[in-house]
Amino acid sequence: MTIVWNDPVNLMSYVTYVFQTVFGYSKEKAEKLMMDVHHKGKAVVSSGTREEMERDVQILHSYGLWATLQSDSVK
Amino acid sequence: MSSGFKTHKNGVVAEFEPAEVSILRSLVSQMLGLVEPGQTSDDPLERALGIGAAEPSSDPVLARLFPSAYEDAEESAEFRRYTEATLRDGKRADAQTMLDTAKPGRSELTTEQAQAWMRSLNDVRLALGTRLEVTEEIHDEIAMMSEDDPRYPAYVTYDWLTYLQDSLVRALW
Repeated sequence: MTIVWNDPVNLMSYVTYVFQTVFGYSKEKAEKLMMDVHHKGKAVVSSGTREEMERDVQILHSYGLWATLQSDSVK
Repeated sequence: MSSGFKTHKNGVVAEFEPAEVSILRSLVSQMLGLVEPGQTSDDPLERALGIGAAEPSSDPVLARLFPSAYEDAEESAEFRRYTEATLRDGKRADAQTMLDTAKPGRSELTTEQAQAWMRSLNDVRLALGTRLEVTEEIHDEIAMMSEDDPRYPAYVTYDWLTYLQDSLVRALW
C-alpha cells in the first residue's frame, strides 16, 4: 500500500491536484483522499505490486508529498 | 492584475513585480545550493547506474525533501540508493526552469513549465516551512506576531509563497 501522511506545509488544493494528476483519480475521489490525509493524519492512496508502489512513492516524493510504503500483510 | 497566476489557452500567465522576481530567484537559488546534484557512489559502475547514498540526511530540510519510504531501515536504504539521485536531479531541473522563466511583468508559461514552477514552489515552501517549524495554525500565528519579531519577514515570505502556489494550482486545474 502507498500511504500519504499529513504535514503542515502541503496545501489541500495542491495535494488534491497531485492525486488527480499522478493517479488519474476523479476530483471527488482525490478530494476525499486529501480530506482523509488532513483529518485522519494519513490515507492509503494506491495499492498493487511492490514495484508499482515503489514507483508511486517515488513520483509522490518528486511532488514533495510525504509518502511511504507498507506491505499489505503486516498492518 | 495583482501578482500571481491565471489560466491561459496553452498554459498559464504569470505576473510579477521586479522585487518579487528577485525574492523568488534568491529562494530558488538557495534551493539549488541545498539540493546538490544526485550524489552517486565512488564505484564507477554504481555511478553509471545512478546509484547513490543509502542514508537519510541529518539536515531536517533534506530529510523532508527526501523522506524514508519504508519503516524498515534496510528497505529504506535500498529504496533511497535507487531513487534519491533521480529525485535530486528532478528537483534541480524544476528549480532551473523557474530561474530560466521568472521575469518581471507578464509572461506566459507552458503547462510543463507551470508544473515545474508548482513543484519548485512547493520544495521552497517545504524547506522554509521545515526551518521555521510551521504548524497548520500558521495564519493565526502571523496575525498575532509583532512586526518587530525577528521571524516576521520569513513568516510573511512563507505566507506569500503559499498564496502563489495556491494561485498556480488553481490556474492549472
